[in-house]
Amino acid sequence: MLALFKRDILLAVRSGGGFGLALAFFLILVMFVPFGIGPDRAVLARIAPGILWIGALLACLLSLDRVFQLDAEDGTLEALATSPIPLTGLVSAKAAAHWITTGLPLTLASAPLGYLLGLPSIGYVWLIASLGVGTVSLSFIGTFGAAITVGIKRGGLLLSLLVLPLYIPTLILGAHVVTRAVTGQNPTPSLALLCGLTLLTLALIPAAAAMALRANMR
Amino acid sequence: MMTVTDLDCLRGQRRVLSGVSFALDAGDCLILRGPNGAGKTTLLRTLAGLSPAPRGALSTAPEDLVYTGHLDAVKPQLTVAENLTFWQGIYQNAPQDTLNSFDLDELADRPAATLSAGQKRRLGLARLHVSGRKIWLLDEPTTALDADHVARFTDTLQAHCNGGGIAIISTHLDIALPQARTLNVADFAARQDRTADEEADPFLQGAY
Repeated sequence: MLALFKRDILLAVRSGGGFGLALAFFLILVMFVPFGIGPDRAVLARIAPGILWIGALLACLLSLDRVFQLDAEDGTLEALATSPIPLTGLVSAKAAAHWITTGLPLTLASAPLGYLLGLPSIGYVWLIASLGVGTVSLSFIGTFGAAITVGIKRGGLLLSLLVLPLYIPTLILGAHVVTRAVTGQNPTPSLALLCGLTLLTLALIPAAAAMALRANMR
Repeated sequence: MMTVTDLDCLRGQRRVLSGVSFALDAGDCLILRGPNGAGKTTLLRTLAGLSPAPRGALSTAPEDLVYTGHLDAVKPQLTVAENLTFWQGIYQNAPQDTLNSFDLDELADRPAATLSAGQKRRLGLARLHVSGRKIWLLDEPTTALDADHVARFTDTLQAHCNGGGIAIISTHLDIALPQARTLNVADFAARQDRTADEEADPFLQGAY
């Protein structure tokens, strides 16, 4: 499993696509918001948590179709399915590698982008905490969507349609953590709920995605 | 050591083979023959556990088998050595002479993207050696290999069988293994192409 995790990160770095694309998209989206909304700092600061969360979520979506598709196309997925690694382990390793190459850079990039939008200083810790926890669940839910659509050529649109509704609870709770922090309320309950949601996806998704993969390989 | 009893094989929802039975001892090699579409790949995939078997019994555990299909499972972004190291990590097994037995020594540092079809195939087949498993399921292993490397691969197969391994090979070429037995897959063709589910489905009754 560790070998698979390391290889996935190496492939993401070598082919460039995974790492750069999501980060660049996030950067561009957030930088364009002031152009569209206008330079009113009060307005920008108020919508910053939501924009940052939506940006991270959409950026996360971009690289999802690569999670299993490339391995399915060159036969690696079948070879892995008959290897000593259980399918649940395969899914977990893939989702973890996706988080390292997508979720983690997005989380780290969110702080300077929050500054661009004039996010109040109290919000940064909570922004990083909520994205750090929340993007894990985004990666796992997305891996489930990728497992369902693995047999479909150019399944990106279907993947987005399947995954986006499942992202809503994470988005609501994640943005809520930052909004509460910025408006002087206690963000801890929302963050606790978000952690609970992430733990739930960590527990359920590997089994569900493994079943989807098994069905798609027949 | 490996017995298959009355096995049915599905491709999609269609029953392709029924009642496949054979028994192999350690050191045996079975060549699957049959025209295109007879079900050679389907049988291999069912043996490998990738396709479900609705009926029949298989005496082997999935941990004994390694399967190579039409695709090589080679990552173009990695070098030949990195590809092998990856599979060594997956199988937790690092035999010393893999590069040599598949004639990959000189290619070790080349990115797999620059390999020719035959070289890529050799790298794909090297995974068999890395896996260290007893039963090799091979689907057209010699495709794209030149005559020298077919002979070399036959030697590798022979060494595997001599070491107590088993090989089940689907091929149209002759592989010069003295102990090889042949199984004509067409003999087990399913008599009808309706699945059990479809036969029981009252809504489909009028369709046939």
